[in-house]
Amino acid sequence: MEVNEKIAIEHGLKADEYKKICDLLKRTPNITELGIFSAMWNEHCSYKSSRLHLKNLPTKGQKVIQGPGENAGVIDIEDGDAIVFKIESHNHPSFIEPYQGAATGVGGIMRDVFTMGARPIANLNSIHFGSPQHKKTKNLLRGVVNGIGGYGNCMGVPTIAGQTSFDSSYNGNILVNAMTLGLVKKDKIFYSKAAGLNKPVIYVGSKTGRDGIHGASMASASFDEKIEEKKPTVQVGDPFTEKLLLEACLELMAGDSIIAIQDMGAAGLTSSSIEMASKGNLGIEINLNKVPCRETKMTPYEIMLSESQERMLIVLENGKENLAKKIFDKWNLDFAVIGKTTNSKNIELFFDDKQVANIPVNTLVENSPMYNRKWKKSKLPKKNNIKNEMLRKLKIKDALKKILSNHNVCSKEWIWQQYDHTVMGDTIQKPGGDSGVVRVHGTNKAVAASVDSSAVYCWAHPLTGGKQVVAESWRNLISVGATPIALTNCLNFGSPEKEENMGEFVECVQGIGEASKYLNFPVVSGNVSFYNQTKEIGIKPTPSIGGVGLIRDYKKMITMDFKEKNNLVLIIGKTEGHLDQSLFARTILDEKNGPPPEVNLFNEKNNGESLLNLIEKDYIKSAHDVSIGGLLTALSKMCIKGNKGIKLKKTKNLINEIEYFFAEDQGRYIVEINPKDSVEVNKILDKNSVHHEELGVIIENELIINEKTKVTIDELRSYNTNWLTKYMST
Amino acid sequence: MKSSVITFPGSNCDRDMHVALKKFGFNNKMVWHNDVELPKSDLIVLPGGFSYGDYLRCGSMASKSKIMKSVVNFAKSGGLVMGICNGFQILVETGLVPGVLLRNKYLQFICKNVYVKLDNKENTYFKNLDKEILKLHIAHNEGNYFCTKDQLKEIEDNNQIAIYYCNDRGSTEEEFNPNGSIRNIAGIFNKDKNVLGMMPHPERMIDESLSGEDGSLFFKNLINNIK
Repeated sequence: MEVNEKIAIEHGLKADEYKKICDLLKRTPNITELGIFSAMWNEHCSYKSSRLHLKNLPTKGQKVIQGPGENAGVIDIEDGDAIVFKIESHNHPSFIEPYQGAATGVGGIMRDVFTMGARPIANLNSIHFGSPQHKKTKNLLRGVVNGIGGYGNCMGVPTIAGQTSFDSSYNGNILVNAMTLGLVKKDKIFYSKAAGLNKPVIYVGSKTGRDGIHGASMASASFDEKIEEKKPTVQVGDPFTEKLLLEACLELMAGDSIIAIQDMGAAGLTSSSIEMASKGNLGIEINLNKVPCRETKMTPYEIMLSESQERMLIVLENGKENLAKKIFDKWNLDFAVIGKTTNSKNIELFFDDKQVANIPVNTLVENSPMYNRKWKKSKLPKKNNIKNEMLRKLKIKDALKKILSNHNVCSKEWIWQQYDHTVMGDTIQKPGGDSGVVRVHGTNKAVAASVDSSAVYCWAHPLTGGKQVVAESWRNLISVGATPIALTNCLNFGSPEKEENMGEFVECVQGIGEASKYLNFPVVSGNVSFYNQTKEIGIKPTPSIGGVGLIRDYKKMITMDFKEKNNLVLIIGKTEGHLDQSLFARTILDEKNGPPPEVNLFNEKNNGESLLNLIEKDYIKSAHDVSIGGLLTALSKMCIKGNKGIKLKKTKNLINEIEYFFAEDQGRYIVEINPKDSVEVNKILDKNSVHHEELGVIIENELIINEKTKVTIDELRSYNTNWLTKYMST
Repeated sequence: MKSSVITFPGSNCDRDMHVALKKFGFNNKMVWHNDVELPKSDLIVLPGGFSYGDYLRCGSMASKSKIMKSVVNFAKSGGLVMGICNGFQILVETGLVPGVLLRNKYLQFICKNVYVKLDNKENTYFKNLDKEILKLHIAHNEGNYFCTKDQLKEIEDNNQIAIYYCNDRGSTEEEFNPNGSIRNIAGIFNKDKNVLGMMPHPERMIDESLSGEDGSLFFKNLINNIK
């Protein structure tokens, strides 16, 4: 087929991009070459709209072994151990085919982690659906949850935490972000940089089929009414094969045969081979007749662009082929020597003894387009004038009931009970807490991880929202007693070609950068997902932050459940009464305007570090960060989990009671201490200039807000636990 | 005491079981499904997971793997064979224990703590255990035990029901049945009580940090009974 501009545009390239290709090659590409360019230059693989801004994120730190640019980030957790982790989106495929889309999202991120030599030890996810009333929501939710469980459960990796939200902005574009943590010895990390000439290039794993062709291009475009036609671009997952691939790769990695290894993810064989060559500044030659194929008569174009799952590309040391083959035979996986490294610095493909592509590697990578897109700055919205008379009319108990049973606050047990969260025998904090926690097998250490996003805040003011998500992730780690180390981000936005959406992206990234720099909480990996929009309607900007922290002695881990009657409950951090953009304002007052709560990074850092200090000294019996729903929501959850109540003191705070109980001011934690430690705890907090107040005393089984307002724990529980189960069963 | 854990392609609780057996004093060996001979063992364990992806009926492919011939012979000669979760599904497929395991009643994977009631202590697994109700953990999609009326009568007459799902006080009402199993059955024996298949995972309850230690009680008691 003769290639021309029209065909290039059908491949998702722009006219000027096609011209650039012709200029770089000094000729017209053939169809296979065009396919390769389109796969490498789409938004998903090239980061052409985001690269310029991502450069500004802080990516270095004392504990960072590997920052962005590899299959995943790596951090040091002492004693020669390291954690490999990353979050990635699988939004577009999951909307088209929820089960397979979500399943292969989980499979893909696990592969990114074990490619680096790490055994996956925990999965997390952040999933966002349209309004509960929308006709597609229920099926999408069911499919996504089944898919995540279907893959993760079969792999035998526990799913330890996650986040689920509903918002009408996701009606036409759900979000599925999957995160994996893996454990590796610091001196056994594998990278994707090829080295040495004439080294065999090995293909292992599943056979190549026609599934997922142009998957990455699909993920780089908006949806329209023809979305059903895109089903064939969704990959099909086989977790059993991936489990075998995991074991086989780790077995091979125990020796010294591998020079470089890269999983075949987005854009399959194309991006994996080109990335390895590019990093090693080498050429690569592949005989496509050697690639194990599932279907007959596959063309070079199809083989290069297939996104069949569970495949890896390895550059091996010479002479290690037989040893490696034996391992893959044992695990019943395909193994084929398909090519070699060369000094041409080109990617050269052969099929039926003919050369079918010959492209300089640097034209695909370094010369890929980079755009400085136009973007619009957001103004901080004016504060709402919420009238006191309006608040006075409301009953606290009614408001609490509505908030606890709100779909974005209610218990998500219906979801996480379908995920195996205890396999591997090291899960010491299950889903439902502030962070999931797994022990580092056979040691006294544990790793905490949390995934967060606050699309409403980011939508109201992207800069503040970006800061807030990082701060919330940091708080969630500290609340379980972990020292935050680093984060991974999944940046889900609308079209970068629209100034408003691009502005949201730029300013959220700026906020993330500021907060992570201030908190010494660097970004070590991540991914960008643009074009989350159907026709003209984009999603609310939704950066998901996956934070990871270390607990040196796992016996010091903190949970949120109230522990003992007569213990004192304090709040750390000041309550100013910020109701704008709170769940209370949005759902009970139906007020959608106003600025999000301010993020004061000095207070965040000071409050968090002071709490860690108290935890280290064993003063803290339980802790929980105050987030969506405010103080009373946080207290209720601690009551429900601990099956204990609390008698609140009359607040000395001058603001209105409703503002006090439901405001979403940042930098706050609720903690439980033994009364005998009260003097000492107050002393430490005062010394560090941390604002704190005593909230009340733990009692048997009632939340006593004041003389007139009492709620039993059973009532609280019924508000909080029933919504999702009921919703899914009707 | 010597134990062996069989690893099938797709097993994923084999390491957890190995850790548990070792912790309570077993000298454990991992055995590959393609091996033919079993090492000398006092106990064989078929671990949980998704053997062969469970793409056919759960456990059905694994029940035909090479090592299973030796496992069946070992069981028939009175050796102790325990199958947990996918291991239970494999045992059912070999016919060493009666019945089948269907998809859970609500068609969902369930991962949670459950209580089970012991029915019969006249066997090596539960003899001398000084607790009647254990808190264990389940994580499965196909644990809905089913058998014919005649089979049910037979296993009841022979005291083959090992454990029932119940609440913390031992009540076996339907509401405490997580997966729709007939009679709340969570585990059963063969006729001679040397083969035990059960859905709950005792190996996930061997540490106070892992929401309980009733699994520890089970393993400690088991090794004492074998000695």
